[in-house]
Amino acid sequence: MTARAAFLAAAGERILLNDGAFGTEIQRLRLGEADYAGTLGLGRDQKGNNDILALTAPQVPEGIHRAYFAAGADIASTNTFSANRISQADYGAEHLVRDINVESARLARGVADEFLAADGRQRFVAGAIGPTNKTLSLSPDVEDPGYREIDWDYLVEVYREQAAALVEGGADFILIETIFDTLNAKAGIMAVRQLEAELGREVPIMLSMTLTDLSGRNLSGHTVEAFWYAVRHARPLTIGLNCSFGAAQLRPHVKLLADIADSAIMVYPNAGLPNELGQYDEAPPTTAALVREWAAAGQVNVLGGCCGSTPAHIAAMAEAVAGLPPRAIPTVPVATRLAGLEPFTMAA
Amino acid sequence: MITVNQATTARFVNVGERTNVTGSAAFKKLIMAGDYAAAVEVARGQVENGAQVIDVNMDEGLLDAVHAMTTFLKLIAAEPDIARVPVMIDSSKWEVIEAGLKCVSGKPIVNSISMKEGEAAFLDQARLCMDYGAAAVVMAFDETGQADSKARKVEICQRAYALLTGIGFPPEDIIFDPNVFAVATGIEEHDRYALDFIEAVSELRETCPHVHFSGGLSNLSFSFRGNETVRRAMHSVFLYHAIPAGLDMAIVNAGQLDIYDAIDPVLREACEDVILMRRPDATERLIALAESYKGKSPAEEKAAEEWRGWPVERRIEHALVKGIDTFVVEDTEEARQRFARPIEVIEGPLMDGMNVVGDLFGSGKMFLPQVVKSARVMKKAVAHLIPFIEAEKVASGLADTSKGRIVMATVKGDVHDIGKNIVGVVLQCNGYEVIDLGVMVPWSTILDTAREQQADMIGLSGLITPSLDEMVTVAEEMARAGITMPLLIGGATTSKVHTALRIDPAYPGPVIHVLDASRAVGVASRLLSDTQAEAFVAETAGENARVREAREGKAQSVLLTLEEARANFYDPNYADKPAPPLQPGVHAFADWPLEDLREVIDWTPFFRAWELHGTYPAILDDDVVGDTARSLKADADAMLDRIIGEKWLTAKGVAGLWPCARDGDDVTIHLPEEERHVTLSFLRQQVKKSRDRANMCLADFIDPAGDWIGGFAVGIHGLEPHSARFLADKDDYSDILLKALADRLAEAFAESLHRHVRTTLWGYAPGEQLTNEGLIREEYRGIRPAPGYPACPDHSLKPVLFDLLDAGRHTGLTLTESYAMYPTAAVSGFYFGHPESEYFGVARIGRDQLEDYARRRGVSIEQAERWLRPNTD
Repeated sequence: MTARAAFLAAAGERILLNDGAFGTEIQRLRLGEADYAGTLGLGRDQKGNNDILALTAPQVPEGIHRAYFAAGADIASTNTFSANRISQADYGAEHLVRDINVESARLARGVADEFLAADGRQRFVAGAIGPTNKTLSLSPDVEDPGYREIDWDYLVEVYREQAAALVEGGADFILIETIFDTLNAKAGIMAVRQLEAELGREVPIMLSMTLTDLSGRNLSGHTVEAFWYAVRHARPLTIGLNCSFGAAQLRPHVKLLADIADSAIMVYPNAGLPNELGQYDEAPPTTAALVREWAAAGQVNVLGGCCGSTPAHIAAMAEAVAGLPPRAIPTVPVATRLAGLEPFTMAA
Repeated sequence: MITVNQATTARFVNVGERTNVTGSAAFKKLIMAGDYAAAVEVARGQVENGAQVIDVNMDEGLLDAVHAMTTFLKLIAAEPDIARVPVMIDSSKWEVIEAGLKCVSGKPIVNSISMKEGEAAFLDQARLCMDYGAAAVVMAFDETGQADSKARKVEICQRAYALLTGIGFPPEDIIFDPNVFAVATGIEEHDRYALDFIEAVSELRETCPHVHFSGGLSNLSFSFRGNETVRRAMHSVFLYHAIPAGLDMAIVNAGQLDIYDAIDPVLREACEDVILMRRPDATERLIALAESYKGKSPAEEKAAEEWRGWPVERRIEHALVKGIDTFVVEDTEEARQRFARPIEVIEGPLMDGMNVVGDLFGSGKMFLPQVVKSARVMKKAVAHLIPFIEAEKVASGLADTSKGRIVMATVKGDVHDIGKNIVGVVLQCNGYEVIDLGVMVPWSTILDTAREQQADMIGLSGLITPSLDEMVTVAEEMARAGITMPLLIGGATTSKVHTALRIDPAYPGPVIHVLDASRAVGVASRLLSDTQAEAFVAETAGENARVREAREGKAQSVLLTLEEARANFYDPNYADKPAPPLQPGVHAFADWPLEDLREVIDWTPFFRAWELHGTYPAILDDDVVGDTARSLKADADAMLDRIIGEKWLTAKGVAGLWPCARDGDDVTIHLPEEERHVTLSFLRQQVKKSRDRANMCLADFIDPAGDWIGGFAVGIHGLEPHSARFLADKDDYSDILLKALADRLAEAFAESLHRHVRTTLWGYAPGEQLTNEGLIREEYRGIRPAPGYPACPDHSLKPVLFDLLDAGRHTGLTLTESYAMYPTAAVSGFYFGHPESEYFGVARIGRDQLEDYARRRGVSIEQAERWLRPNTD
């Protein structure tokens, strides 16, 4: 059985759980520069380069994966949010991109298989790809709206390199997450398509948009519905939302997406909104109660946590949604669904 | 449950084609010049105008199309109000398309791919479309060429469909373009092209589920290029039949389409014969018919119809701004069905549109004729809504939204209302409720209405000088009634000085002189503003006071005594006086030909009536108001065509020539047949003249030893039924236009009749040959001063003149108590034939002359003072 089929089979039976945050979990360990830098001998300060821990302190991400699986997670997202050539260049570590991704996927795969061996329940590894800190849709120069810092072909290559390494390390899927720029995500999809062509097999894609305002648009200006039409060609395993807001704020957008998407829905909100100290302090039962509403309304297939969430949050969610049926993936009427920043549908 | 926003679900898509260098010369020019900022505005305009998808094409031999395509797409991506709609990336080169796909987020349409270079290339491109996330237009084109016949279209498209669905291409993302080719070319094989297209679409829709069909319409009518009327009709007829067959997208300017039902039925049938191949001689017949539709410039026609494809709010705004009332009822109805309550249509799109009009007018970008047209559109829209609003049992929709209520009237004794109507329209345009009491309105009616209707202000209008006194009366009565609302004063003879000196002191409330219609809104809005009213009222009161002070303190021009003035009379060479008339006595003209009058119309005052200042014909090319003036002139010409052709109006006139003699400042007319004398008393300039200039009096031009004088009265009859019809149709514009034209015809009649007198009846200038310009410049011998005008300021001479002419019988003209003529489009005056006679202004006169004049006229000094008020201040 392919990973896609296995995932859909499991998702058809129950609401699955993704893991929670890595960044905030790593922060709590108060690692020092030496912990990050290890023996790689890189020229630049590595503190804060969470992704490099796969090479310098693999026990850290490994321990976090273990804690999330123990809390009830079905999916481990690799600790590779910034493990791309563009982001790693900030740490002088772009030559290590392949190694970081291969190792990160291998760590997650190892822990996942450990849990499978223990209880016979299949765990999945999603190779996480962040948006990079560059955008294909927007000009950083207000004087020159036509200017772009990067181009499509370059970003496709950046993503392809990362995706290939993640799959090599054992990732089941590629999770393109925290999508603030829809065109970046489309480049990510193209990268995976190219990878599939190289590998001669399918690499399922999970897509997760992040909203930048409460009206429901991402930074490149797409509404949730327009975003869905713009990426639907990826035939994603899951489509959903993560980060930006807490569950309370995401509610209307989850409902909309659940109505229109003929893919599984995965939502992993932050643990509320940050407090005045920039910390997430929404208690696990609170988050769990909020996401349970979606589950009870039949709007989600996969839940998880983003910034500020902990294994306790995942455990609370698992408990809250236990026994609730997953969302039935709808059959959407055939129509030509185009998009600018806003959706445009032609009756078929 | 699926909840897709139905408002965005389209059944037929107009793809905007203005951002296509092959379709728009203007856009091509901008791109070639590298003016991308302006090019972006073209895209914005398209989206604002309702394009659901915008086609971008940079296929031009001299352009780096990849660079142009990517530059433009990146720029419009930065404009949320453009980027909100999907893009159609249009190029015949795949590399250009792919470069575009790398810049477009969202889900675009690729236009186009085909099997022109074989299946492999076709499928490669199709796969890339899938990977980029794009729908694709698929041309009916294979290795052997473009499909022309129905069979080929069907065969190629079916083959493409099988190939595409075979690689997993979503069928709903396929848009077939089965090639629209030119028909009516004279080549027999082409006759079936349109029908083949329609039939192919119909068959393909059955055999290729979920696909769409598109076509470029401009090819269809290629044989009729230059004849936009026929082209648009062909396109519309084609769509009318192709859409039910399955065509659901077209790259076409919505403005190139006519509403099927609105096409001339003869043309429509001829187009249908061609497109549906209903008869063998269809092409010949259409070509023959097309000749009669030639003429209008394509650009004009295009601009004229493009807006019909816009969303209803935009259409309503456009109709209001452009003053187009043709579709406003149907558009208003469409809007009404969209809103929960009919009043919301007024409060929403209609008021929004009128606010645009108000802003444009306020900023000098629109002119009075356009505003009056806008008001016509607004009134028609509101009239359509009123029954619905009443059905809702809402007392008055407009009252709910009105910014203020103004009672307006032309005062008692005066019948002139063009200016008042214009002001009323302008105020209504700006959201004020205007209660127009009409003409000849007594003060009691004005006051009663203002109180009953709880008006916010009163506006008084008048044209003739006696109306000034009547306005003072109204002001005094308002004061007596304890009214304190603002009083607005306007009209041709009113002035800031008269208002400050005479009306303001008579009334404790604010009194404001409004110079012209364009000032009315500013005045009304400040008077009703919570924040500005107090300051404005104080400011106006201060100005009025300053005018009075200046007047008091001003060293007025020195007046001679009447004796001194008479001693300085004008002494013409009486030897030059004209010979006695060839045809003395009274001559009536019951129906002067209007087409003759049209030839001698002086258009400059016509434009001035619409507050367009400039001399005709130069005004037509004026940088600022030229467009407006041309449009107004065109409307005027069209109405004149009907006035003359349908004989709306009748020009009645009378002229008389009588023997007379000067007797001091009087002219005594001898009517030998009636054995009576009639005295015409004229006024003499009293202001001290410099050097050797005379203190003129009209009587000076008459030889005391015996001479001749003439008189005339002309009037234009028959306005009422047309005026009533226009008003019933909420068409102030046509009403004002008709009245303004009638005024011009009356003036032209006076001019024509004067010429007839000079050349024929009196006959002192038999060989006179003057152009119309010469006439307007009065390059002729003799004058025709009118009572109430500067040389002869006393309106009360009119009854004397009318009596001499028996004008009531001959012309149907009557006089009000203030000596205004009715019908309003009328002119009367005296003829002086001496070559040295000229126009002058009597200006201020002294008490001695006033008393003398009262005596000569046989009236009290008070009466004379009322008649001559403007000359005694």
